[in-house]
Amino acid sequence: MTRALAATGASVLGLLAAIGRLAIFVGQTVSHLARPPFYFREFGHALVQIGYFSLPVVGLTALFTGGALALQIYAGGSRFDAQAVVPQIVAIGMVRELGPVLVGLMIAARVTSSIAAEIATMKVTEQIDALVTLSTHPMKYLTLPRVLAATLVMPILVGIGDIIGIMGGFLVGTERLGFNAAAYLKNTADFLTRLDIISSLVKGAVFGFIAALMGCYYGMQSDRGAMGVGRATKTSVVAAAVLILAANFLLTEAFFSA
Amino acid sequence: MIRLTDLHKSFGTKAVLRGADLHVPKGESMVVIGGSGTGKSVLIKCILGLITPDSGKIEVDGQDVTKADRDAFLARFGMLFQGGALFDSLPVWQNVAFRLLRGHLKRPKAEAREIAIEKLRRVGLSPDVADRLPAELSGGMQKRVGLARAIAAEPEIIFFDEPTTGLDPIMSGVINDLIREIVTEMGATAITITHDMTSVRAIADDVAMLHAGKVRWSGPVAQMDDSDDPYLHQFITGSAEGPIEAVR
Repeated sequence: MTRALAATGASVLGLLAAIGRLAIFVGQTVSHLARPPFYFREFGHALVQIGYFSLPVVGLTALFTGGALALQIYAGGSRFDAQAVVPQIVAIGMVRELGPVLVGLMIAARVTSSIAAEIATMKVTEQIDALVTLSTHPMKYLTLPRVLAATLVMPILVGIGDIIGIMGGFLVGTERLGFNAAAYLKNTADFLTRLDIISSLVKGAVFGFIAALMGCYYGMQSDRGAMGVGRATKTSVVAAAVLILAANFLLTEAFFSA
Repeated sequence: MIRLTDLHKSFGTKAVLRGADLHVPKGESMVVIGGSGTGKSVLIKCILGLITPDSGKIEVDGQDVTKADRDAFLARFGMLFQGGALFDSLPVWQNVAFRLLRGHLKRPKAEAREIAIEKLRRVGLSPDVADRLPAELSGGMQKRVGLARAIAAEPEIIFFDEPTTGLDPIMSGVINDLIREIVTEMGATAITITHDMTSVRAIADDVAMLHAGKVRWSGPVAQMDDSDDPYLHQFITGSAEGPIEAVR
């Protein structure tokens, strides 16, 4: 009994310590925003790496998801003779949920993993120590530019994902399901509200922050050796994906709970 | 110049430094020797603030390093890391001129590049190496680039961590000679960590031997061979027999 309580206590303490470490890391990252210098070159590089180079994967994911969504809604809606709602449901599904969540998860897979592996390798090969000896704060040089770039660029990626997803639905709807093109677009535009779009972009910013932060955090915490780098990469992606899904629920609750 | 007093550092239950004392006078080249895992690298990382010691005092020019302005303090140091620790994403010249491209030592880009090329030339590398990435260089070349980066901002104090590890004997000799020449011509204070006795004889004015977390012996390199300390004798002769356990 005592042993079980001790084990539970140790787990709870471990969890609280982990939350505390992450909170300190977030605080340090944000605090560097207000303290010069700011490394514009690294920020620009992160914008290109996270934003521009993620466009193909974001575009393809959104396109196929939008198309599949249109097929599913048509098939499901036909049971209630409600096939006509395809444009509206595709739009709302993509903008409110699937766009931000899928782009967030793709960014977690592509960007979080690459940030974690890069920073962990830098730690293992003493490049982080070298930065310190060269009077450069690793948080300022590595973490802040990446987290800021991801937070700013993700709403744009989500916006593009939303549009391409809706276009995927449009293509399937007009080419496969026989919808009129003009009516499809009009129904989509009429149905979407400003809140839908704002919630989508806010979710994008939050998911971008989480994705880059997890990559940096686990990269910096990495153990030595190839196993350490592998573990840091894996853990960062899992943590980012879970936190993105949890944050998505909370944000949906905040935006749309009646 | 650099004085360590009663330095202790443990990692979990493993005590690495157990009261290390060391004094390096200004302009001297001190080589710290000792077996693997005796805390040589931990010692210099404590001085640089990369590792926080559990207790003890570290002074540079009589000033406690924990109370010094961090940026100004680090600006006085250069360090050559064991594996080079070059930034993979930057070309060689930007690695060398890293400090000159940002922070309060920032210079115009063209001037920083010129200094980098001059430092590369100083360590025996031609200017055409400047635009290559570190991954395109051999181990010996990477070491030289690391050396050029360590001296780029003309530091007063330079640390060399295992400068010849992984190099062939000829390249080791080249690096040893370079370190000796650079330290002499810059008048810098140097601490070199090594277990390569050829490096010790080429680089050192003074030698300190670290064993069991303490400085076991220290003195001028000329007196090293005459010492009757059995630990030092076993180490410099590379004998498996003696007070130092061969299997640790």
